[in-house]
Amino acid sequence: MRKQMEGSQAVAEAVALCRPEVVCAYPITPQTHIVEGVGALVKSGKLSPCEFINVESEFAALSVAIGSSAAGARSYTATASQGLLFMAEAVYNAAGLGLPIVMTIGNRAIGAPINIWNDHSDSMSMRDSGWIQLFAETNQEAVDLHIQAFKLAERLSCPVMVCMDGFILTHAYEPIDVPGQSQVDEFLPPFEPVQVLDPADPYSIGAMVGPEAFTEVRYLAHQKQLEALTAIPEIAAEFEAIFGRASGGLLQSYHTDGAETIVVALGSVSGSIKEVIDTMREAGVAIGAINITSFRPFPLEELRHELSEAKRIVCLEKSLSPGLGGILASNVRMSRRGTGLPVYTVIAGLGGRPVTRASLTDIFTRAASDDMDDLTFLDLNWEAINEQLSRARDIRHSGPIAENILRTLNPGGVQDASSRSAT
Amino acid sequence: MFQIRIHGRGGQGVVSAAEMLSIAAFLEGKNAQAFPSFGSERMGAPVVSFCRIDDDAIRLREPIQNPDAVIIQDPTLLHSVDVFGGLVSDGYILINSMRSFAELGIEDFVKSFPKGHVRDVGATELAVKHVKRPLPNAALLGGFAAVSGQISMASVESAIMSKFPGSIGEANVAAAREAFEMVSAGGE
Amino acid sequence: MESKSSQRLKFYQTGTHTVGNRLLDDAKRTVQASINRSNAITSGHRACQGCGEALGARYVLDSAMRVTEGQIVAVNATGCLEVFTTPYPETSWQIPWLHSLFGNAPAVATGVAAAYRVKGRNEVRVIAQGGDGGTTDIGFGCLSGMFERNDDVLYVCYDNEAYMNTGVQRSSATPPAARTATTPAVGDAPGNVFGTGKFVPLIAMAHNIPYVATASVADLHDLEAKVTRAMSIKGARYIHIMVPCPLGWGSASNETIRIARLAMECGLFPLFEAEDGRITASSKIRRRVPVEDYLRTQKRFAHLFRKGHEDTDRIQQLQRMADYNIEQFGLVESGEQQ
Repeated sequence: MRKQMEGSQAVAEAVALCRPEVVCAYPITPQTHIVEGVGALVKSGKLSPCEFINVESEFAALSVAIGSSAAGARSYTATASQGLLFMAEAVYNAAGLGLPIVMTIGNRAIGAPINIWNDHSDSMSMRDSGWIQLFAETNQEAVDLHIQAFKLAERLSCPVMVCMDGFILTHAYEPIDVPGQSQVDEFLPPFEPVQVLDPADPYSIGAMVGPEAFTEVRYLAHQKQLEALTAIPEIAAEFEAIFGRASGGLLQSYHTDGAETIVVALGSVSGSIKEVIDTMREAGVAIGAINITSFRPFPLEELRHELSEAKRIVCLEKSLSPGLGGILASNVRMSRRGTGLPVYTVIAGLGGRPVTRASLTDIFTRAASDDMDDLTFLDLNWEAINEQLSRARDIRHSGPIAENILRTLNPGGVQDASSRSAT
Repeated sequence: MFQIRIHGRGGQGVVSAAEMLSIAAFLEGKNAQAFPSFGSERMGAPVVSFCRIDDDAIRLREPIQNPDAVIIQDPTLLHSVDVFGGLVSDGYILINSMRSFAELGIEDFVKSFPKGHVRDVGATELAVKHVKRPLPNAALLGGFAAVSGQISMASVESAIMSKFPGSIGEANVAAAREAFEMVSAGGE
Repeated sequence: MESKSSQRLKFYQTGTHTVGNRLLDDAKRTVQASINRSNAITSGHRACQGCGEALGARYVLDSAMRVTEGQIVAVNATGCLEVFTTPYPETSWQIPWLHSLFGNAPAVATGVAAAYRVKGRNEVRVIAQGGDGGTTDIGFGCLSGMFERNDDVLYVCYDNEAYMNTGVQRSSATPPAARTATTPAVGDAPGNVFGTGKFVPLIAMAHNIPYVATASVADLHDLEAKVTRAMSIKGARYIHIMVPCPLGWGSASNETIRIARLAMECGLFPLFEAEDGRITASSKIRRRVPVEDYLRTQKRFAHLFRKGHEDTDRIQQLQRMADYNIEQFGLVESGEQQ
């Protein structure tokens, strides 16, 4: 049923429709509304049978899910940012144990400095964990991806994280079609694990594996992700057949035919990018965009195909690898190996900084005429940066960068009366 | 696309106001997007929320920089926050106040707007009267329907009821209706 | 366990090779005495000769298997027990068993229990187990969370008083004065310092969970009775078992049980039970011994007994700790104080 509702609430309902048996979570902004929503459904009896467990840390949350999944229960949790890092050990563990846990990440920046707003640093920190990582562009897609995620996870015995931009999606009200229970039941059969903890048929799960076998295990984990490159579109097709809309898949192209410049991005920013693409195309610029849904596995071949005619690529990403540059960009570059064509990195939206049409238009225009550095930080306050750098040249500072910059950015600068807007 | 920005303080229902606005637009068959400017929640701190309304699907994800309308739930913000920043020259303004624009110190500013585009209404007083609580957001939506004509009063009422079921909703609807009538009647 | 009003038979054999109390009627024999015991950890594991933990774990699980008629799932923390029982591709576990991480065994167990509950399989019970490192240190947060929620998990800590699997480093269960790789026997205060350490059984009691007990590999009947009692209760339960480690303690591998008994009999390791936060019973020491008798059996305390430089101060401090336990837990029959 189509309803105007909050993204988090819609995701909570979608998760509940998937009949999870064990849900556990620890609160962290901006995922709180999702877990609260699921919790309310359990408490009221609408989601039953389901055990909802309030845990004492994110590490415990994913650990509980590991235990319940290994015992054959469909398991779900959600986190973000610091919480994802706190459970990092368990994240790798879950993937290594092949447990089909689904986890929502309400994408949020990682500190220090502490920051509660959106960027992709959290999911990026776990990109090598062996989890499948799907990024939602809209709240509708977030709902659909969660439903697809349970099926995907259980088909491959591989955990899946569904990433949705914190605040921008989680806390936004928009029209969302939440499917009915019978449709979801038709799409998603009950969880039937192959290897499970059961006194009737004892298994030992989680042994130490030495040099003689570890590489084989890791190769098979890689293979599983490559399998997902096929499974993801298959499941998206199965989804469309039942729910009647195209959703998910590895990536979506937007006016890439004949585009000389193609912008590649993840998540909700693709919506704003499409607006700019339309405007620029109307002005005669041959520009298009690709929104990547599956970041892991990374769709190297599909991307290579989509980008094959372009003259240049702009990777617009909400992530940064200090000392290297862009993370999405490095991945995208791999799909361009052998072509030597430019891939510009634009780091944008870190820590929740708004990514505006004006700034996007400016940067895409520059890219289209190759008037661009390899790496650009969108909307950077160069005045503050240069002042800080020159101060640092004179006096060595230690300690947090954020506190050091404050000396440049007029701390405690209360507006004096004369500068207030005239009445 | 019609863009509304709502200013208020934490605890005044600024976020709910944007959400209800989006529901009202949805009920009229439009597409709507509502979201707050996020921050660590604290009662009394200035907060902003946004609502976009469009016939087409809304893909844009950025704060509203050039609103077509501004709703000010707390007039104490008028001279401490740039509440009118980016407002289009023929935009709408609705202020939660019973004072005159001169008393509010914005008389000259509002002169530049088309006649009838700038209104104030004692939404807090209406809320206290009907709901017994100083939460002006629902009443202001009634006022907004009147000043802008962007949504119907019927949709506003349905939106309010969907958020606040039962007698609380009805009381809020009554406040909204009275605000609608007062604003429609004209004058400052 | 007895209360003060009843009397217990104080019969035991020393210096024999007898196993299994042949003189007792069947009903009173230990689980271990039966060839039909589940043997949850079967032979072929890679534990050291004389490993107290291998013994303790088998004692606990075989008891639990009998009480539940085989309906047990075990969740293990990283550590010696996990490593020596699962030399991939072999396993010595005859029961369903899961090892996840070092610090999360209690939380994982919570998850397993929740899964069985949601599936309506209430007869399956969950036992989480870990060493002192995984329990008192890195797993402490998860342990407290499991206790606080009163999840239906029995957590068993096999306490050999250091991080043995990684090479004998100090944990918060390491006793004062003990030599470990990170508390070497050098300097003014050789070995582990005094004034540190945690006794988790008391912390468990502070959570008011339904059942807490300490047990020892030196008293098999007592250990089995406590496991049996624990399995008859639903909710969070904790059993803390002292398991000597010949390698880490520097003791003879054929002395494991004797050393465990000395720890009890000098008072350093009290045996007691508690329910809902209150002590309900304690084992009386049959034949009290000074702490020295216990300390001298282990090289990790050898620096206290250097010829001509006996560390009487520290030995006396340890004796005072033992005295304190005896008083606090009522370990000696009144009138039998030494």
